[in-house]
Amino acid sequence: MEITDRNQDDTVVVSVKGRMDAISAPEFEKDLDARIGQGETRFVIDLAELDYISSAGLRSILALAKKVKTGQGMLHLAALKAPVKEVFDISGFSSIIPIFDSVDAACR
Amino acid sequence: MPEIRLPARLEHLEPLMAFVSDCAEARGFSGKRVQEIQLATEEALVNIFNYAYPEDRVGDVRILCWNESDDTLVVEFRDSGIPFEFDNLGTPDVEASVAGREIGGLGIFLIRKMVDEVDYRREEGENILTFTLQARE
Repeated sequence: MEITDRNQDDTVVVSVKGRMDAISAPEFEKDLDARIGQGETRFVIDLAELDYISSAGLRSILALAKKVKTGQGMLHLAALKAPVKEVFDISGFSSIIPIFDSVDAACR
Repeated sequence: MPEIRLPARLEHLEPLMAFVSDCAEARGFSGKRVQEIQLATEEALVNIFNYAYPEDRVGDVRILCWNESDDTLVVEFRDSGIPFEFDNLGTPDVEASVAGREIGGLGIFLIRKMVDEVDYRREEGENILTFTLQARE
């Protein structure tokens, strides 16, 4: 899994490429915790190139959502591929974390 | 009958998952279905890695797979760890908000959604978790 961050205005856009599973999810959490430690509160996770997510990945995203909520920030997800969207839908995560078709839409 | 056996540790997740994917692909499941089976496999394995052998206990996980009838694949996960409380696992509240949502509970839930039939039994000191998968599209 590859993670790249960039700033778009006051939002951090985090692009995750590959698979978020029990092995790689901790790396994602570590990266985002570092950004939160730097004072960032607004996040868009760009999942256009994420092929797979398991409960470990969902847990990391939920943990991020809880931290962002505490800091009164924002967490949006963008560009989910069909298999990933399916997992979000089944688990009920689609209705608690805003999902957008594009990074631009998610940043607004 | 194809079988793989490795120590029940996260570092072995990938070859264990690849074994099951290979079985599903050989059985003719579609790419989408293989991915769903992969997800259920990861969830089953991570549960075993986390719970089967507590403290200093070490042990293996074994996966067997075979065909039953024309369009059914059976995948069996076996470990010799402590008894698995399969029926006592709660269901995550999929309607809860971010604040109310608990971090755990998703693994078995996702398995049940991805696999046609899931069974658990304990036999001669082994936990045996069985997936029955119909080739369906």
